[in-house]
Amino acid sequence: MSMTTDSAIELRAVEKCYGKAVVVDGIDLQVHRGECFVLVGHNGAGKTTLMKLMLGLARPSAGKVLILGKDPASRSFVDQRQALGFLPESASFYPHMTGLELLGYYARLKGLPDTEIGQRLQQVGLHEAAERRLNTYSKGMRQRLGLAQAILGTPQLLFLDEPTTGLDPIVRRDFYQIISDLRASGTTVVISSHALNEIEAQADRIAVIKHGKLMACGSLEDLGKQVSLPIRTRLEVTMGSAARVAEQLAARIQIDRVNEHSIDLLCPEDEKMSLLRHITDLGEIVQDISMTAPRLNEIYLHFMDEEQP
Amino acid sequence: MIRRPQTIFILAAREIRDGLRNRWVASTILLLGLLALALSYLGSAPTGEIKVGALEVSVVSLTSLSMYLLPLIALMLSFDALVGEFEHGTMLLLLTYPVARWQIIFGKFLGHATILLVAIVVGYGGALGVLILTGDGDATGWQNYFAMMASTLLLGCVFLSIGYLISSLVRERAVAVGAAIGIWLLLVVLYDLGLLSMLMINEGEFISEGLFSALMLANPADAYRLFNFTGFGEVGHLVGVIDVDADGQSSWLAPLVSMGLWVIIPFLLTTARFHQREL
Repeated sequence: MSMTTDSAIELRAVEKCYGKAVVVDGIDLQVHRGECFVLVGHNGAGKTTLMKLMLGLARPSAGKVLILGKDPASRSFVDQRQALGFLPESASFYPHMTGLELLGYYARLKGLPDTEIGQRLQQVGLHEAAERRLNTYSKGMRQRLGLAQAILGTPQLLFLDEPTTGLDPIVRRDFYQIISDLRASGTTVVISSHALNEIEAQADRIAVIKHGKLMACGSLEDLGKQVSLPIRTRLEVTMGSAARVAEQLAARIQIDRVNEHSIDLLCPEDEKMSLLRHITDLGEIVQDISMTAPRLNEIYLHFMDEEQP
Repeated sequence: MIRRPQTIFILAAREIRDGLRNRWVASTILLLGLLALALSYLGSAPTGEIKVGALEVSVVSLTSLSMYLLPLIALMLSFDALVGEFEHGTMLLLLTYPVARWQIIFGKFLGHATILLVAIVVGYGGALGVLILTGDGDATGWQNYFAMMASTLLLGCVFLSIGYLISSLVRERAVAVGAAIGIWLLLVVLYDLGLLSMLMINEGEFISEGLFSALMLANPADAYRLFNFTGFGEVGHLVGVIDVDADGQSSWLAPLVSMGLWVIIPFLLTTARFHQREL
C-alpha cells in the first residue's frame, strides 16, 4: 500500500499567510488512518488555522492539503464532508433552538435517520436536557452537545479543537471515553489541546507547533528521545543512609534532591540500564525505586524554550 | 455519495422556524394586513364619484405602501443571513457539513421568500377577503390585486437578494445594518427624488422621455410601481403623474424583467463572493 492511500491526512509544505503574517510556515505531516493525532503549541501557534486548512475552510497559500486523498477546499469535496466530524473551539450554536432541534438539524444535513439523534444525546448524557433551549445550557452541556454533533454518523475523521478546555473532570473523562469508543470503530482523530497531561494518554503521535512551524512529530517516546530529557528516578533508602548513597552515586549520575530516606536522580535515557545495575549492587539499603519518563508537559516546555532553528 | 436535494429545504425550514419563533412572520402579517385594511377603507371614500372598483383603488394605495415597506422588511430579514452566522460562529460548523455554499444561500432565500409569501398572502389576501365580503369588485380588479400581490413578493425577493449581497460583502453585522438602510434610502427614497428633480430642471427638457423611462425601469422599486400602475388594466389612469409609458400593452413585461434581473444578479454575486470567503 502506498503512503498516500494509507494517510487520512497529508500536508505537503503547507503555508498559510494572512496579509504579511505567516501563520502556518511550511508544514509537512501525515496522519495515518485510525490514528489519534494531537496538535500542541502555544496560543497563536497556528493549530486552529491548521485544522481549518484540513477541513477546507481555508485554502493554503502554498503547498498541498489532502484529506482522504482529496483537496478539502475543492467544491467536489462537499460530499466527502459526510465522513468528517468537527468540534470547533468554544462551539457556538443557534441559541433559541433546543438541544433536540439542533442535533436534528445537523443530523438531517448529514442525511441520517432520526434514531441517530436520540442515540447521540443519550451517549453524551444530554437526553434529559434535550427539550431545553441552548441558551440555558452550561458550558459543559454545550460542549457535550458539540461532541454529539461531531460524532453524528460515526465519522471517519474527527477534528476536535481544544475540546476539554473549561470542562470539569467528570465531563472530561466521559469525553475521552466516547472518543476511545469511536476510535475502536476505526475513526481517525485529530485533537488540538493545551491539556498536555490528559492528552498524552490519548495520543498515538504528537505534533509540536511553534510559530507556525512543526518543531517535532512522533510518539511520546520519540519526542522524549529527541529532546534527550533525563528520566526522573527516585530511590527509597533506609532511614539515614540517603546522604551516604547519594555520595556514592554522585560520581556517575546527576543528583536532583536528597531527603533523609529518598534520593531523586536525573538519569539520561541511555544510562538507564547501567544505573539500574549499579543500584542493584547497593544491596538492601535501597528499598524501592520508581522511574518516570519525561511527560509531555516537560517535552513541550523544552521545545518552546528552544531557540528557533 | 449523491448530494441530497432536500438539504435546501432543511436550511429553508430552519429560517422559517426562526421567523416564526422571533415573531417576524406574525408581526409582518399583522402589519401588512392592518395597513391593507386601513388603506382600503380610507381609499374607498372617493370611489363612488369616479367609478372605479374598490380593489383597483386598493391596488394603487397598497402599491405605494409596499414599495416602501416590503424592501425594508426584506432587507431586515436578509442583511444578517451570512454575516450574522459568520460573526456568531455558526457558519464555521455549517461549512464542515456536506452542504454546498450556494445551497446555504438558496436555502435561506427559499425560507425568507416563504415568510414574505405567507405574510403577503395572509395580510393582503385577508384584506381582500374583507373587501369582498363588505363591498364590490369586478373581475379585472381581482386580476390586478393578485398581480399586485405576486409583484410585491417579487419586490421582496429583489431586496432579499440585495440583503444577501450586503451580508456577503461586510465583515460586521453593524455595518450590514447601516448598509441595508443606506441601500433602502437610496433605491426607494432618494432615487425618486433624483428623478423628480431631473424632471423639474428646464421643465423636463433636461432628459428625454426614453431615458426617463429607462431610469425608472432600472430601479426595482420604480419597476414595481410601473408594473402595477401602468401595466395592468384600468389602474393607470388613476395615477396620471407617473404614467410615462405610452406603450401600454408591453409595459408589464419590462418591469418584471428588471425585477427578475435584480433578484438574479445580486444572488449570483453573493454566491461568487461567498465561495471566495475563507474562515
